[in-house]
Amino acid sequence: MPDHVLSLRQLDAHYGDFQALFGIDMQIAAGEVVAIIGANGAGKTTLLRSIAGLLQNKATQVTYQGKSIGALRADQVAGKGIALVPEGRQLFPSLSVAENLMIGAQTGRAGPWSLKKVYALFPILQERKDQASTTLSGGQQQMVAIGRALMANPDLILFDEISLGLAPVIIKSIYDALPDIVGGGMTAMIVEQDISKALSVSSRVYCLQEGRVSLSGGTNSVSRDDITRAYFGVEA
Amino acid sequence: MVIAALGLIVLAAAPWWAGRADLRLLGEIFLYLSLAMLWNLMAGYAGLVSVGQQAYVGFGGYMLFALTMFAGLHPIVAILAGGLLAAAISVPIAALIFRLKGAYFAIGTWVMAEVFRLSFAQVSSLGGGSGSSLPVDVVRSLAESRSGREALSYWLALGAAVVVIGCVYLFLRSNRGLALTAIRDSEVAAAGLGINIWRTKLEVYVVTSAFTAIIGGLIFLQKLRISPDAAFSVNDWTAFVIFIVVIGGIGTLEGPIIGTILFFLLRETLADLGTIYLIVLGLVAIGIMLKAPKGVWGLIRSRFDLEFFPLSYRVRTDAPNKGA
Amino acid sequence: MDWIVAIVQGTLLGGLYALFAAGLSLIFGVMRLVNIAHGDLIVLAAYMGLSTTVMLGVHPFMALLIVMPAMAGIGYVLQRGILNRTLGDDILPPLLVTFGLSVILQNALLEAYSADPQKMNAGAIETASVPVGGLTLGVLPLLTFAIAIAVIAGLQFIFYRTSLGRAFRATSDNSDIAQLMGLNKAHVFGMAMALALAVTAIAGILLGVRTSFDPSVGGARLIFGFEAVIIGGLGNLWGTLAGGVILGVAQTIGAKVDPGWQLLAGHIAFLVVLAVRPHGLFPRVAH
Repeated sequence: MPDHVLSLRQLDAHYGDFQALFGIDMQIAAGEVVAIIGANGAGKTTLLRSIAGLLQNKATQVTYQGKSIGALRADQVAGKGIALVPEGRQLFPSLSVAENLMIGAQTGRAGPWSLKKVYALFPILQERKDQASTTLSGGQQQMVAIGRALMANPDLILFDEISLGLAPVIIKSIYDALPDIVGGGMTAMIVEQDISKALSVSSRVYCLQEGRVSLSGGTNSVSRDDITRAYFGVEA
Repeated sequence: MVIAALGLIVLAAAPWWAGRADLRLLGEIFLYLSLAMLWNLMAGYAGLVSVGQQAYVGFGGYMLFALTMFAGLHPIVAILAGGLLAAAISVPIAALIFRLKGAYFAIGTWVMAEVFRLSFAQVSSLGGGSGSSLPVDVVRSLAESRSGREALSYWLALGAAVVVIGCVYLFLRSNRGLALTAIRDSEVAAAGLGINIWRTKLEVYVVTSAFTAIIGGLIFLQKLRISPDAAFSVNDWTAFVIFIVVIGGIGTLEGPIIGTILFFLLRETLADLGTIYLIVLGLVAIGIMLKAPKGVWGLIRSRFDLEFFPLSYRVRTDAPNKGA
Repeated sequence: MDWIVAIVQGTLLGGLYALFAAGLSLIFGVMRLVNIAHGDLIVLAAYMGLSTTVMLGVHPFMALLIVMPAMAGIGYVLQRGILNRTLGDDILPPLLVTFGLSVILQNALLEAYSADPQKMNAGAIETASVPVGGLTLGVLPLLTFAIAIAVIAGLQFIFYRTSLGRAFRATSDNSDIAQLMGLNKAHVFGMAMALALAVTAIAGILLGVRTSFDPSVGGARLIFGFEAVIIGGLGNLWGTLAGGVILGVAQTIGAKVDPGWQLLAGHIAFLVVLAVRPHGLFPRVAH
């Protein structure tokens, strides 16, 4: 039984009175790349925010490297080696490209990723390093957001809808770079609306539907029909 | 309703059953209550948090002195005229300070009050920096006897409080009042509904300033003496008023009433301690803001679901409520 | 010639006002908080300086070594203990809490020191003057202005060239996402307030050396700082210096016309700027 780096047990997430997740169970092994798919409002972003600590839940509902982190704040979770590439990029407008990347390293964790390595991965960013981050194109901003998360040298990286609002050509180039990103033993969870892209880089997939896991399995063993049914919640 | 009417009759009869000092105290209570109601309307409902209302208190006071001494008006007429003048002057002031938002608006109102204070201190015919007293013949024109004057002052204060509470209540029940509550809850949504936010706020500011000036006139009618520092005192006319509203419960009508009662209870028991009293007041206000932001009335209301001034709306559902 | 002297003196006075304003501007920039007690904190620093000079027998400028860390510590505790809880969309809590704080501070100082005006003694430097280009200028005002420039340059450096400054800007932009970077929002705000009050300490000592003070003068200092910020434009520390200078010059020119007009002239200058340039003279473009 491989050691699970991340374990979600009966995770119930709430926004005030509104419940977004119902009893989510997930196990993620070290080094896996897992896709999380589902329609809008299914709870995918809530899931990532709960893991990252932006949403606090009961301590034991989220276990990471053997420790209960469900109730920790986001800055505490970041220190433990989990990085989130947030939905919509959410770069810091007051910071330049280089500064956005540098602040990603605020936790001071050691590891292979550095400013030099990020520039090697995304050379265009080095060209624009002193520009205000918001003057970049959507695709370039996504690169900054990914680079920012990598600078934290995480063990677990969470991607929230990185293809949103980007042209297909740009999406392709980012996904082509993904093996370089998650190579080296990093565990990754990829939330995507673009199912084929998500499945192309992952080994396992979970499908969420209205806050519940409606399907889980290896990417090679689930059929298109299974996915469609699980995505929309339609019974066969 | 009946209790309120009975209470009002008892209070109106005060000149007969209360001693001189008590009568003055009651009058002061009603004037502070009025100021608190007005500040609450501006801050709690219109979102215009002012720390400069002392500008209008002092303005109203000075208008009383100026109009009686130089225009020969009867004091009560002078006080009312002061209100109208305050309304007029508040419009250009609003045009300036409405450019500031939030806490900067607050400090802007303070600056205006300072401008008023410094300006009136330059007017030597009104006593300049040391102020002046109300001339004897003006005082006499109120009533011949001192007890007559004191009764009149008291009734004016009581009447003012009743009028202010009544007007504020009726205003809040009106369409305008609904617009105000909408703005308070969400400016963006209210604007989307076509409510002219700027104009609504301006109306509230002008009316509140006018009434505040009238109260100011009544205050200095009671004191019979005015000076720039007393007229435009931040402590007396703003700090205390704010504490009353915050401790009582901002954004409700019952709050200022409770706040005034608590404030005077505190004052009568602690006032000998001078600065300690003010420190306690500040600590209580901070505590309330952090722990019970809806004030004492808010605590009572959430416990007992009471409302003396019916102003809120309840949505009727067939399913049982999930709870507040 | 007299007028030139007045303008120059007003300019130097602007340096002091800029110091009053710098802390205010910093806090608003990082956490959108306007601290009504700011002026009273300047006065607190002045009294701390006074007590330090009296108890240790040191020069007021030496007292800075104690007052600056003390004020910074007070700022950190104040922010994390009380002010952090007032932050949010509602403008009322921070306003009312800092207002309450202002009343408490004034009266606590009144209790501790009485209402008698006090002044710190900086020795010869108070009356020393130096010839500059045909004019004779006071050393203290010159020094104050130089310190103001140094402080603002220092703050700019911190904001734009250090990781602390990056943390300030990021947290101010988007405090949720800043948390993802491992930045504890509560701590970052605490540090910002600590820095602001350290600057306030400098302002307080310089105030206490220059003129006499008592517990009630805080309100006026807040207003001067606020006017400097608004005239200069939000979000721009150098603009705040310019705002301070304009305010100082307006006041000294007003005083030349008639001594009773000094404060009024400053307020009128402020109102004129508010009327024709509501965003200030050098506003930083908002995001």
